[in-house]
Amino acid sequence: MPKTLYEKIWDAHVVDQRDDGTALIYIDRHLVHEVTSPQAFEGLRMAGRKVRRADLTLAVPDHNVPTTARVDVQGKPIPIADPDSAAQLAALERNAPEFGIRYIRATDREQGIVHVVGPEQGFTLPGTTLVCGDSHTAAHGALGALAFGIGTSEVEHVLATQTLLLKRSKSMEIRVEGALGPGVTPKDLVLHIIGTIGAAGGNGHVIEYRGSVFEEMSIEGRLTVSNMSIEAGARAGIIAPDEKTFAYLKGRPMVPQGADWDAAVAHWRMLRTDKGAVFDASITIDAADVEPTVTWGTSPEDVVPIGGIVPDPMSFADPSKQAAAQKSLDYMGLAPGMKMTDVPVEHVFIGSCTNSRIEDLRAAADIVRGRTKAGNVKSVLIVPGSGLVKYQAEREGLDRVFVEAGFEWREPGCSACLGMNPDKVPAGERCASTSNRNFVGRQGPGARTHLVSPAMAAAAAVTGRLTDIREL
Amino acid sequence: MKAISKVSGRAIPFGRKNVDTDIIIPARWLKTTTREGMGKGAFETVRREAGNVFDDPEYAGSPILIAGDNFGCGSSREHAAWALLDMGIAAVIASGFSDIFSSNAFKNGILTIELPQSAIDRLMEVSMTDPVDIDLDSQSVTTPFQDRFEFQIDPFRKHCLMNGLDEVGMTMAQDDAIATYEERLMLEKPWQQPVMR
Ligand code: SF4
Repeated sequence: MPKTLYEKIWDAHVVDQRDDGTALIYIDRHLVHEVTSPQAFEGLRMAGRKVRRADLTLAVPDHNVPTTARVDVQGKPIPIADPDSAAQLAALERNAPEFGIRYIRATDREQGIVHVVGPEQGFTLPGTTLVCGDSHTAAHGALGALAFGIGTSEVEHVLATQTLLLKRSKSMEIRVEGALGPGVTPKDLVLHIIGTIGAAGGNGHVIEYRGSVFEEMSIEGRLTVSNMSIEAGARAGIIAPDEKTFAYLKGRPMVPQGADWDAAVAHWRMLRTDKGAVFDASITIDAADVEPTVTWGTSPEDVVPIGGIVPDPMSFADPSKQAAAQKSLDYMGLAPGMKMTDVPVEHVFIGSCTNSRIEDLRAAADIVRGRTKAGNVKSVLIVPGSGLVKYQAEREGLDRVFVEAGFEWREPGCSACLGMNPDKVPAGERCASTSNRNFVGRQGPGARTHLVSPAMAAAAAVTGRLTDIREL
Repeated sequence: MKAISKVSGRAIPFGRKNVDTDIIIPARWLKTTTREGMGKGAFETVRREAGNVFDDPEYAGSPILIAGDNFGCGSSREHAAWALLDMGIAAVIASGFSDIFSSNAFKNGILTIELPQSAIDRLMEVSMTDPVDIDLDSQSVTTPFQDRFEFQIDPFRKHCLMNGLDEVGMTMAQDDAIATYEERLMLEKPWQQPVMR
């Protein structure tokens, strides 16, 4: 029977198949951060249990860490002001050594957002199962891993047993053929996909992204797309590994070396969907239809091309969608018919596990060079995804481009992606953001979020409104 | 996890519908590092209402909570189950539950019992003055007034709850299968072991 890539990885990880359709699935890699792990470690401690495979586990703090300086002029760590954040960080710092887990400290250069760190360190490998107590774990599927987010009980389960009890998901193929137009980025594509299939369109499915557009796309672009699979409701996203994947991984700290590398690549080459394999659902998108895309509402499915207008809630066929759209517009402070390019922004955030890698920062810098922050824009935060991305960007002089334009160049972390650390968008104010969720209150209570690509965010920062980068 | 077979005592007659996870435990409690003490945050907003059932001495230490339809809707936060557990709740009786909540409750050893609204109404009435008895083995809820309501429960969940088995413990009992898998993995993909540098 021809199999999909997802089925191949699933089958290779079944430890025990049960009659009720659930299977015990082996987990090859486990990323741990400070928010969803404290109670899992507490559970282990209360039951006197150990971490089964500490060597397959990597811990790094990201959600709570402030993105301001971490150490003072003498190189001493600066304490975190918020007591709850400090306590979560302290808990991870205590739990990791207690359970023998490798731990990247907030002050280490390798520190960053878990989903940036995993691929960057070569912790994420094709064909592996990878989990993390965070829904955007789907990102790692860009390297051909089966990666998905889990809850705290499951974190505890994986720590103790290196397995999870799961039911197989359905498979969906999203095929995009052709070539993306000028100014159209992977972020625009994934927003377009979510707009097409809806925020629940992928429910119960694992999405495999296929077609020439993904074959041509860089690994960093693939990470952006796969990252947002969850925003379409999918459990995971996956892209078959290819020469680009191997070239990206080669030489990274945690990947196989020497003869092991060759053996690994030989195996990874087989990780593709067989000819004739059947998907439970198939969606085809023409790359030529994708334009630079922005969100207007409070769900990632609320998208419109940048040249478009704020939709009239009554234009939706579904009455519940009409009501939801009206609520969204009230929250967003927008009126139907308004041109998206007339929407002013007070804040810009370039960062998050969706768009904080070096290519994202380069794309933003390319727009900014020779321009400065618009007068109506109060803050522009540029938050690299990891210390290594930050270092690379500084080597290329990107930090100076941003600082000279009047932007803030920050330390790595989740930052303004979610209102959990000091980087928040004030109530009622508007932010062009490269993150992945425009939910009510996501960037802070009352904050209004427009999801965009890094280039579009940079353009908004210099013009003071949502802008079509093709016209800049 | 503690084994449950019977839960008896006064039940808190809360009775509301669509009790979401924000009502059970407000978001500010998510930034904690321990499950303990979360009971203090449970129903925080309801407790600001004068005469609320949670602060009524009549129901102090009650092991049972009664609610309306769609209990535990909203986010997937497990803190909702931890908060109830920390309050001393061993069972929630409602006319409906969100799937994620009942799964989180189960993982934490809390029994969720779904009964028709008419039964909920009757139990609310009894709870004003008298205790309620839950017997998991016979899958019934009874009162001193000869009321008897039977409920359905997934046999696997029942088995786990009655024997105090938690999922982690159940899987750990399959250690042989996991070890065998790991041996095979070492043979087939030795290169997949993470490199320590
Ligand atoms: S950047 Fe945002 S989405 Fe990504 S892991 Fe952090 S909080 Fe989650």
